[in-house]
Amino acid sequence: MALLELNNVHTYYGAIHALKGITIHVEEGEIVTLIGANGAGKSTTLNTICGILHPREGTIYLDGEPIHGLPPHEIVGRGVAQAPEGRRVFGRLNVVENLEMGAFARKDKDGIRRDMERVFALFPRLKERAKQLAGTLSGGEQQMLAIGRSLMANPRLLLLDEPSMGLAPILVEAIFETIRQINAQGTTILLVEQNALMALSVAHRGYVLETGTVVLHDTAAALRENELVRKAYLGIE
Amino acid sequence: MLQRLRRQIPGTVVIMWCIGIAILGIVFWGTVATLRSGKYASAQWVDLFVYGIAQGGIYALIALGYTMVYGVLRMINFAHSEVFMSGPYIGYYVALALDQAGLLNRYPVLGLGIVILVAMTVSTTIAVLLERIAYRPLRRAPRLVPLITAIGASYFLSYAFLGLFGSDLKGYPEIQALKGTWNILGVEVLRPQIVVIVAALVMLAGLYLFVRHTKTGKAMQAVAEDKDCAALMGINVDRIIVITFAIGGALAGAAGVFYALLFKQVKFNMGFFPGIKAFTSAVLGGIGNVTGAMVGGMFLGIAESLFPNLVLDGLGIPAPYQLKDALAFTLLVLVLIFRPTGILGERLAAKKA
Ligand SMILES: Nc1ncnc2c1ncn2[C@@H]1O[C@H](COP(=O)(O)OP(=O)(O)OP(=O)(O)O)[C@@H](O)[C@H]1O
Ligand SMILES: [Mg+2]
Repeated sequence: MALLELNNVHTYYGAIHALKGITIHVEEGEIVTLIGANGAGKSTTLNTICGILHPREGTIYLDGEPIHGLPPHEIVGRGVAQAPEGRRVFGRLNVVENLEMGAFARKDKDGIRRDMERVFALFPRLKERAKQLAGTLSGGEQQMLAIGRSLMANPRLLLLDEPSMGLAPILVEAIFETIRQINAQGTTILLVEQNALMALSVAHRGYVLETGTVVLHDTAAALRENELVRKAYLGIE
Repeated sequence: MLQRLRRQIPGTVVIMWCIGIAILGIVFWGTVATLRSGKYASAQWVDLFVYGIAQGGIYALIALGYTMVYGVLRMINFAHSEVFMSGPYIGYYVALALDQAGLLNRYPVLGLGIVILVAMTVSTTIAVLLERIAYRPLRRAPRLVPLITAIGASYFLSYAFLGLFGSDLKGYPEIQALKGTWNILGVEVLRPQIVVIVAALVMLAGLYLFVRHTKTGKAMQAVAEDKDCAALMGINVDRIIVITFAIGGALAGAAGVFYALLFKQVKFNMGFFPGIKAFTSAVLGGIGNVTGAMVGGMFLGIAESLFPNLVLDGLGIPAPYQLKDALAFTLLVLVLIFRPTGILGERLAAKKA
């Protein structure tokens, strides 16, 4: 049984039909990537999984249990965390407080302390800035905080929405290395990326989205060789 | 040189600053004239100041309800003045019963404590019901819709109390232990004022610690900043919103009893002026900002108490105290012109834009 299963999911924004029957699955331990052009529906997919949006049609199963009717905090409680697009750290809280918010649903004090140490080990920069207001961090530091914050939920399934957006190339490398590490430590990851080359180099499998539908689905290695992907997303003729 | 300056600074700004300087000049002149005339003894100034703190504490407690609800919902809860009224109104009947049983005077601390608790409970209940029944269904509606609903709810509550309990002024029973004055550092201060000041300060401090240092308090800040993202943290946003209304209601209910201690009466429309003053305080301090509401409330209370005698008297205006309401709103307009975000307003908002 897959950890996450979306079956024929349709999501609307009012009259706008954003997801037109998405079917994807993520196995325990995998890194799966969603790639696609702007407006393809990648963020919408993640927000539908998290319960910020609700599918008008279709089902979403986590570990064989339906979650498509649940409010977001209950879905988080079941082990799904998201680092949303555009960082969205809480600017008026400091770094440590932001991390505490990430662990909001948890009660195990020791586990929270361990995970905070783990985040600081992944991002030593955050430890140096522990008491700084998140709103005054640099863009890259905010991105680290957003990823660290999502790890604080100790999720089984981590959803990352464009973690490399707006970062310097050297930081992009570091972020992807971190994603690999997090996965190696046992977290399943669903990764949305504009940077298809990097995404396909860390992922096991990938889905290509176009205007709300899955047009391709294969192993990352096969997608890297795929004609369409090479042309449209890797910029290789 | 002058021309370059003129091009950089728009004319309206210059005019505004001139008006501002003129007003400051008038304030200064009036103050000096009053002080030089020696019409009031220093003891009178102290009285006015202490009264201002008591009044300011009440404004601050009510203002928190406006500012916290605005923080999480970006909406002005105009019915908050009726949340404020409802607590002490029901509290009045409890106080009356306690008084008739002789309990209020035999155990004044316990008696007053019960009245305050009842008032807080009533106001909290009404605030939470308002959120549940009137505002939650409109969460996704355009912003004008909940605003109009709030005004409607305000009238509904006010007239419901009129219909249920009548339109007369109801005199709060006197507590013997609160008659007269206590001597504080050599100054004779009316007892109700001391009780109000101490209780209000304790509550303000408690709220500050709650918002800054508890998990729920921080979650309130997170919800105020970004609801969807807060939900992604596992925060139950609806629950936090209910808690926000409940706390605002509890503080308003307590403030209502303090108000009744100072003015010794309740009426179905007693919420109107304190409500508007508290709203003014919240805007003065920077709406959405908890510390701002406290500072704004204290500032308005003290200004209202001191300024009429201090400034207007010196300018030769007869019956200056009658003008204290007008003064509060003049202050509001001035702050909005010169510092639209309020005294402690968010510079963050400007940065984000
Ligand atoms: N709040 C909204 N209201 C209306 N339409 C929306 C809203 N959010 C997204 N959409 C529309 O839904 C479609 C999918 O948007 P989505 O944000 O999921 O794209 P995306 O694949 O994440 O794109 P990007 O790479 O630019 O982040 C787009 O056509 C977008 O215009
Ligand atoms: Mg997106």
